[in-house]
Order: sequence, then C-alpha cells, then structure tokens
Amino acid sequence: MEFANTLIDWLRPDWFLNLVVISDDYNRGRYLAGLWMTVKLSVLSIFFSLIIGILGAAVQGAPSRALRVLVGAFVAFFRNTPPLVQLYFFYFAIGTVLRITGENGLPQPLVSNFGWAVIALSLFAGALNVEIFRAGVEAVPRSTVEAAEALGYTRLQIYRDIVLPLAIRISLPALGTNLVNLVKTTTLAYAIAVPELLYISAQIWSEDLNVREMMNVLLVSYVGLVAILVWVLHRWEKTLRIPGYGE
Amino acid sequence: MTWTPDQPIVSLKDVRKSFGTVEVLSGITLDVMKGEVICIIGPSGSGKSTLIRCINALNDIQAGSITVEGLEVNDPKLDKLSLRKKVGMVFQQYNLFPHKTVLQNVMMAPIKVLRQNRTEVEDRARALIAKVRLNGKEDAYPGELSGGQQQRVAIARSLAMNPDVMLFDEVTAALDPETVKEVLTTIKDLAAEGMTCILVTHEMGFAREIADCVYFTDRGVIVESGPPATFFDNAQDPRTQQFLSQIL
Repeated sequence: MEFANTLIDWLRPDWFLNLVVISDDYNRGRYLAGLWMTVKLSVLSIFFSLIIGILGAAVQGAPSRALRVLVGAFVAFFRNTPPLVQLYFFYFAIGTVLRITGENGLPQPLVSNFGWAVIALSLFAGALNVEIFRAGVEAVPRSTVEAAEALGYTRLQIYRDIVLPLAIRISLPALGTNLVNLVKTTTLAYAIAVPELLYISAQIWSEDLNVREMMNVLLVSYVGLVAILVWVLHRWEKTLRIPGYGE
Repeated sequence: MTWTPDQPIVSLKDVRKSFGTVEVLSGITLDVMKGEVICIIGPSGSGKSTLIRCINALNDIQAGSITVEGLEVNDPKLDKLSLRKKVGMVFQQYNLFPHKTVLQNVMMAPIKVLRQNRTEVEDRARALIAKVRLNGKEDAYPGELSGGQQQRVAIARSLAMNPDVMLFDEVTAALDPETVKEVLTTIKDLAAEGMTCILVTHEMGFAREIADCVYFTDRGVIVESGPPATFFDNAQDPRTQQFLSQIL
C-alpha cells in the first residue's frame, strides 16, 4: 500500500500545472534556447550526414581501390566505436591541437564545442548512412544500369540520374531509423557542454530542484522532435513513391 | 578508316570472348550490311546474348575485332558515347527506369546524353510513343504497364537516340504469348523502314518471316547460316537439324 501511494503520488499530474518552463519567463527562455540548440544540432548533423552518406556510397562503387579502402576504414572506425568517445576524441584530442591565436594574443580553439558536436555527430551518423546508401545502391539492378550505359550515359550521369534516385527510395526505411537515432544522440553534446536541451534541463533542475518535472518535459520534448522528423520522412517517402513500383 | 555504306555496317572478325576459363565465343565472324535484318538463334548458353552485348561494348572481347561503321569497338581509346549513339539496344527484361514516366524514359537520353533541345526531343518522343502504339500512356510509370507495353517503351527509348543499328536481346522471352505479337509487330515495322536489326530470338516463325539471314550458334561458334528459306527447310549441319527438330 505504501508503494502504491508513492506511485500514485509520483504520477500525480500536478507537475504539469506547475511547469517552470511555462510559468517562469527566465526558465522558459532557457528552455527554448536549449530546444533551439538541439534543433540546430539535429538539422545540421542530418544534413551533413546525408552528404557524407551519398559521397561515401558513391566512392565505394568507384574504380579506385585506395579510395574504397579509405571509405571502408572510415565506416569501420565510426561504426565500431562509441559516439561519446568519438565526441571526446574530437573535442579533447583534436580540439586542443587545433588552436589559433586570438586578438588578445591568447590561444583559442579554432572550432567551438558546438562545431565539434556537429562534426562528430555528422561523421558518426554519416558512416552509417554510407552503409545504408551502399545497400540501396547494390539493390539497383545491374541490368537497369546497363540500359543506361547502352544509351550512352556516363558513370556520373548514371549515378546521379538512375542509381541514386532508386537507391534513396530503397534506403528510406533504414535511413529513417538512423536519423531518428541521430536526433536522440544529440544529447551526447551535453558531455562537451553544448547548451542543448538536456544540458539546459540539467541546469534548471539543479537550480529549481524539479528533476521529476524536467524529466517529463525532456521526454515529451524529444518525442515531439522525433515525431516531427518522422512526419517529414513520411512525407518525403510519399512524394518519392512511384506508381506501380515496389508495391 | 572511314566507313562507306557499301561496307558492312557491323563486322565481326574471329571474335573470342571468355568469362574466366570458359570460352563463350570461339571465333565468330559475321557481317551485317546496312538495312539488313539478321537473327541469331541457338541453344541456351551458346553465346548469343554475349555476342550482341559485345557489339555495343557491354562486354569486352579477348581477341578478334568488331567494327561498327568503321569504329573499332574494342579499341581502349574508343569514345563509348560515339559507339552508343550509333547502336541502340533492347533487353529481355526491358530495363526501363522505374522512377520516370514513359515520356521521361524516352526523352532522358537525348536531352542528357546528346544535349538536344527539350521541346524538339519531346515532339520526337511523343511521335515515337505513338509509333509503338502507346498513345495515352505518356505519363504512366513503367510499373503500371504490361510487359509488352514496357518492352515497346524500351524500343521507343532506344529509337529516340536515332541509332543506325538496333540490337534486340531475346526481347520477347519474358513476355506473355499474347503480348509477344505486339512487340514483334513493332520490330517488323522498324525493319520495314530499313533499320539495321540484329536479333537474338527464340521466335522461329518470326525469324523466318523477318530475317534476311539466320545464324545458328552452338558452343561459341556459328554452325550454319543462310537466308531463312534455305536455313529452316534445308539445314545441312546435323547440329542445326537436331536443334530445329527439337524446336519446330
């Protein structure tokens, strides 16, 4: 009975009526800034990870063995190491070497912690996108490519006009999963003090001692963000749908 | 060497081709004159498809020579585009671009490869689609068409490049019996207009009707060839006789 009461107490919805991120101007400003930072991290990382994925998959089909091995190594490295370790590696190992002398004569970092978070997250998700796109590229029938060759298309034209549009359609479900994961992984930027949603929330709950409320705010915020991404991907999938193909 | 129309438009001399250790073409020699229609028949695995794929350099060859309008096909310095402008190809599985409409499928190569004017290409594409009797299907996607319709789009797509020679690789082999006829009619129209056609086919009746010359290949060599009347009714080689007796 004691346990049940505690549970009911915990589930009481009055936290919702007493949210500092709504009622308090200062905290609301901070929350929105954190949310905006998470959105920026997500959008930029998604954008660059897609570019890395497309370029990487193109190179993996290229004739140059050296380039293929290089991309293979890149994928293996980023797929088989923890993203948090990658982030630390960029921020603490490379970030401390890459310094310039500022106007005041003191050394300062060339890339900000936000910059490193975007780079690390893009590379991490990009490595997985390379594999996802490659699987899509390999699923495009060889005979379709041959038909384009027989019509005089160059390698680049075939990749751009035939292989890529088909490969993207084949890759979309796997790509969606990876991009949703990427949005969730932006919370790791907390570790290098990027003031994103989790970081800001932790600040708020340590000042206002409202861990439970902020946890709920956090979870609802991420569900909302992911829902928007899934909706966008769904719309994209719908516009790309070809009548009579793959049905 | 410049090519003149009194010389063979396509000429193969002692062509040899192996996949690994398996020799698929063991010395093929044949000439095709402009406007001629030739049919290549033979059992599965006799190298028919490989033979015509070599003509537009989809497969390379190990020895011998292939020329198309005097162009040395196997020259490593060959500009493949110049070859593929001359030679159109239609495949067994149609191989249309599934994400493009019928009209786009026909228009894409002239615009992207030949960099021709879009409005001119569109006029020509619509005329070609009408010619293969697919008016009204311009905006359909390949997945919405029957096999026979897709194959006719593939023919129109190839013709949009204004080739001098058309290669047909078992183009009716994947079709329902009732749609075979519509594709064969399209090819017959083309041949009647003087298009040089090289066909690999299992349609013996069609070969007899349309071909100027029939070639029978077996185990990588041309066993026998001749005009259809003599070839089908008076085959000399026992292998040809055996093949024809099984199939006719």
